[in-house]
Amino acid sequence: MTQPPYRDLGLTDDEFQKVESTLGREPNDAELAMYAAMWSEHCSYKSSKVHLRTLPIDGPQVLVGPGEDAGVVDIGDGLACVFKLESHSHPSAIEPFQGAATGVGGIIRDVLSMGARPVALLDPLRFGPLEEAHNRWLLGGVVAGIGQYGNSIGVPTVGGEVKFAVAHTQNPTVNVMCVGLAPADRLVRARAEGVGNLLVLIGAHTGRDGIGGVSVLASRTLDETSEEQRPSVQIGDPFYEKLLIEACMELIDAGLLVGLQDLGGAGLTCAVSESAARAGTGADLDLGAVPLREPGMAAFEILTSESQERMLAVVRPEELDEVRAVCEKWGLVSAVVGRVTDTGNIRAVLGDTIVAEVPARSLADDGPEYRRPLEAPPRLEELNADDPAYANPPSDLRGAVLRVLGSPNVASKRWVTEQYDSIVQGNTIAGPGASAAVLRLEGTMRAVALSTDGNGRYGHLDPYLGAAHAVAEAARNVACAGARPLAITNCLNFGNPERPEVMWQFAEAVRGMGDACRALGTPVTGGNVSFYNETGDSAIWPTAVVGMLGVIDDYRLSPRPAFGPGQVVYLLGETFAEVGGSEYAEVMLGKVSGMPPGLDFEREAALHRLLVDAASRNVLAAAQDCADGGVAVALAELALGGETGFAVALPGDLPAHLALFSESASRAVVSVVPENVEAFEALGNEHGVPVARLGETGGPRMVIEDVELTVAEARHVYESAIPDLLLSRAEAG
Amino acid sequence: MSTPTVAVVTFPGSNDDRDALRAVGQMGGEGIAVWHRDTDLGGADAVLLPGGFAYGDYLRTGAIAAFAPIMDAVRAHAAAGRPVLGVCNGFQILCEAGLLPGALIRNRTLTFVHRRVHVRVETASTPFTAAAEPGDVLEVPIKHGEGQYVADAAALERLEADGQVVFRYCTALGEVTPDANPNGAMRNIAGVRNDAGNVVGLMPHPEHAVDPDVGPVGGQTLFESLLSSLVGAAT
Repeated sequence: MTQPPYRDLGLTDDEFQKVESTLGREPNDAELAMYAAMWSEHCSYKSSKVHLRTLPIDGPQVLVGPGEDAGVVDIGDGLACVFKLESHSHPSAIEPFQGAATGVGGIIRDVLSMGARPVALLDPLRFGPLEEAHNRWLLGGVVAGIGQYGNSIGVPTVGGEVKFAVAHTQNPTVNVMCVGLAPADRLVRARAEGVGNLLVLIGAHTGRDGIGGVSVLASRTLDETSEEQRPSVQIGDPFYEKLLIEACMELIDAGLLVGLQDLGGAGLTCAVSESAARAGTGADLDLGAVPLREPGMAAFEILTSESQERMLAVVRPEELDEVRAVCEKWGLVSAVVGRVTDTGNIRAVLGDTIVAEVPARSLADDGPEYRRPLEAPPRLEELNADDPAYANPPSDLRGAVLRVLGSPNVASKRWVTEQYDSIVQGNTIAGPGASAAVLRLEGTMRAVALSTDGNGRYGHLDPYLGAAHAVAEAARNVACAGARPLAITNCLNFGNPERPEVMWQFAEAVRGMGDACRALGTPVTGGNVSFYNETGDSAIWPTAVVGMLGVIDDYRLSPRPAFGPGQVVYLLGETFAEVGGSEYAEVMLGKVSGMPPGLDFEREAALHRLLVDAASRNVLAAAQDCADGGVAVALAELALGGETGFAVALPGDLPAHLALFSESASRAVVSVVPENVEAFEALGNEHGVPVARLGETGGPRMVIEDVELTVAEARHVYESAIPDLLLSRAEAG
Repeated sequence: MSTPTVAVVTFPGSNDDRDALRAVGQMGGEGIAVWHRDTDLGGADAVLLPGGFAYGDYLRTGAIAAFAPIMDAVRAHAAAGRPVLGVCNGFQILCEAGLLPGALIRNRTLTFVHRRVHVRVETASTPFTAAAEPGDVLEVPIKHGEGQYVADAAALERLEADGQVVFRYCTALGEVTPDANPNGAMRNIAGVRNDAGNVVGLMPHPEHAVDPDVGPVGGQTLFESLLSSLVGAAT
C-alpha cells in the first residue's frame, strides 16, 4: 500500500488536516507542495518557536530583530550593520562543494535583501576527525566551495572556526555568517507593500533544482539513501550573484525598491508569502511569466524551485522601466511575475488556470507549532560525575603543551584560511587567525569586530552552559579586540527534535543563550535552527553557534593578538580546577566528561568592561582570550602571533597541568608596555577584575615555569598539524 | 600641474576595482571609473585592469574580457606607449588580449591561495617600477586560483634576454627559491612587461599594499613610480 502523497512531502496527517481546514477543501498538488515547504521544520520553526520566543530581542541598538531576513543593529553615525548566521549542513553532507557554496550565496542574499552591501563572511565549520578519508573529502570540498563562492563575488571571508569531533563524522556542521553595512535611513524591508505594485523577479532562470530542499533534505535525518538526494542540492553560480549584488545596490542607491526579498528555501512560495504576510497584503502571480530554464515545468516546481541567485523586488509600476534598465546594465534577466493585491491570498495562475489560491499568512505565519516532549539524556549524570581534574597529571608537561598545541582543534587553520580572500574591499584590519575579525568602517576610524563561537563538547556535557559559554566567549573575543559587544545572531545545530533528549538539549541551550545574552546586554537579532543533524540514532553534539557583533571607536587602539618584545604579561580573571570538557582532557586523556567550566555573568561582563576600557585608553599592547587549551594555548598563540617568546610563572596553587590547561571562563591573557603597567593595574582594580602579573615577553623561548620550548618548535607543531593529517593520509591513499 | 589620472576598468565580475580606485587616490592620483562597455578611457593618463573574475572567468580566465568593448581603447592606449597595468585578473586579461606574453594556469596546488608574499624587482625600466632599483624586495599579497605563470621555452628566453621579467617571487631577503614560489610559476615569475615596457601585468595586488592599517606597503612603489612618471611626462 502506498502512503498518501503529503507524507512523501514531509507533512503529517494532522498537518494535512490543518491545511484542509484552512482552505475548506482538499489542496491541489501545487498547494500541497507550497504548504509542505513552508510548514517544513526548516521554514516554519515548528519545533523551536516556543523556545525561541523566550530569547531577549530588544535593546536600543536593535533596529530590526528576529523575523526578517537578517538582524540589523545601529552602530552609530547613521550606519546600520546587518548580519545573520545560517546552516547549510545537510546539503554539504551530501555534496560538500556546492552545499557550502550555495550556503554562502544564500546568506549573502539575506543580507542584501535588507538593502545592505555584504562586507564580510565568517564560516563556523565542524567535521569528523581527519584520520578518515570521508572527513578529508568533506573538509576539502566545503572549504573549496566557500572559497570559490566568496572569492568570486568580492566579499572577504574574515573569520569563523574549524573544529573536529567524532560526532560530526557523518554530519558535518556548515554554518555561514554574512555581515553587511547600510545607511540606517536607507534600509529596505522584505515587504510586499502598496496594492498594485509589481513583483519583479531578478536574476537567474528558474529550473528544477533544489525542489524539496527544505522539506526533504533539511528537515529529515540523513540515511543511506541520502546520496540519492544529491539532485536536491542546488548548484551555485557566483558570477550571477556578483551581478545581483551590484544591480541591487544600484537599485537601492537610486531609491527604486519598495521591498526586496531573497529567494532561498522554498523559493518563490516563501519569498511571496512571507513578504505579503509581513505587509498584510496578498499577491497575484503569473507563473507563465517566470523565466524558466526548461519548458514544461509544473506549477509546483516553479513555486518551490530553489534555483539560486534570484531576488524578488517590489517595484512601483511607474519605475519599472528604470528598474529594468539597471538589470539590463548588469546583464540580468528581470520579469514582472505578479502584483500586490489586498486579498491576503497568494493566487497563482499558469496559462488560463488558477493553480493555487491560499492565504499568505497561513503559509508564512500559521504553520504548526509543537511543544515536543523533553527528557535529559540517560547517563548524562554519570558522564558529568567523571571529572577529568582527578585524573593523573601528565608525566611530561612539555609534551602535553605540544600535543594540545598540535591538536587539530587548536592548531593553525592556515590550510583553510589561505583558500579565502580575506582582504578584498580593503577594510580588513584583523582577519582569520585573530580572536575577532576587525573591519574598518570606510572613511572613519571606527570598526566593527566580529566573532563566531560554539563549543560542542560543553554542549554535549551541559547544553545550558554550552550555549551560555558560546555567547560569553564570542563577546570576550570581541572585547579582546577592544570592541563593545552589541548583539548576536545564532545558529542552533541539533539532532532530531522528535527525540526527547534532543529537544531537551535544545530547550536547555536556548535557556542558556537567553540568560547569557540578557546578562551581557547583547540581544538576539535573529538566527537559524538546524535540526535533524543525525544519522541513525547518532546525533551531532548540541552546538549553539553564536555570531557576535561589536564596535570600536578607533581601530588603531585595537590590541593585536601578538606579543612584542619587552612587554609585561598579565592573566586576567581567576583560574579554577576546571578541565571538564576541555581540549586537554580530550587530547591527553581521551575523555569528554565532567562538567564544563562554571560561568559567572558578572565576572564575565566586568572582564569585557576592563578590556574595552583599557584598549580605549591605549594601555593594551596585545590581548587574547583563554578558551580551548587554556592559558597554555593563549600564551602560545600570542607568542606565535608576534614571533616573540616570554618567561612567565602562573599564579595560585593549582597543580601545574591544571593551571596550564584549565578552561575557566572569564579570562584573558594580555600584554602591556612597561610605561602602562601602573595605569593598567589601576584599571583592573577599578573594574574589579583580578589581574595577575605573569612575567615578561622577549627572546626566542617560551618559558612557563619548568616548561620550556622555542617559538620555532611551537610554530612547527602548530602549523604542520593539519597539513600533515591531510597530506600524509592522502598519499597513503 | 594637474593630478595624474588612472582609469580603472570595471568588468562584470571585477572585485578589486573599488580597491584600485581607492589606492590611486590614497597615493595622490585621481581614479576614473570606466565601465567595460565604454569605448574610451575618459582621457586618463594610465589604465589599470583590476582583479576579480571578469565575466565569471568562465571559458578561461580573462578569455571573454579580452573581447570587451573597452579593450580596443586599452589596446590603443598601449600602442601609444602609455602605461597599462594588469593586476591578477587584469594580468590574465592582458595575456589573453595578446598585450603580454605567456599565460596563467591553475596554481600547482590546485587550490586558491591567499597570502602575503615578497617579490623582487627585476627591472626599473617600466613606468611602474621606475622609482625602484633592481633587487628591491616588496611585500604584497596574492590571492588567486590561477596564477601559475607559464610560457614556452623560446618566449621565456626572450623574456629573460630582453629584461621583460618585472617581478619574481622571493624570500624576505630577496632570494629566489622554490619555497618562495606560491603557485609554481616558471622561474618564480610574478610579473612581466611588454617589449616597449609600458604594459605590465602581475599576480600580486599592489592596490592592497598601500595602506599600513590593512596590509603591507610594497604596492606603494608601483603607484609612486607611475604617478611620478606621469608627472614627469607632463612637464
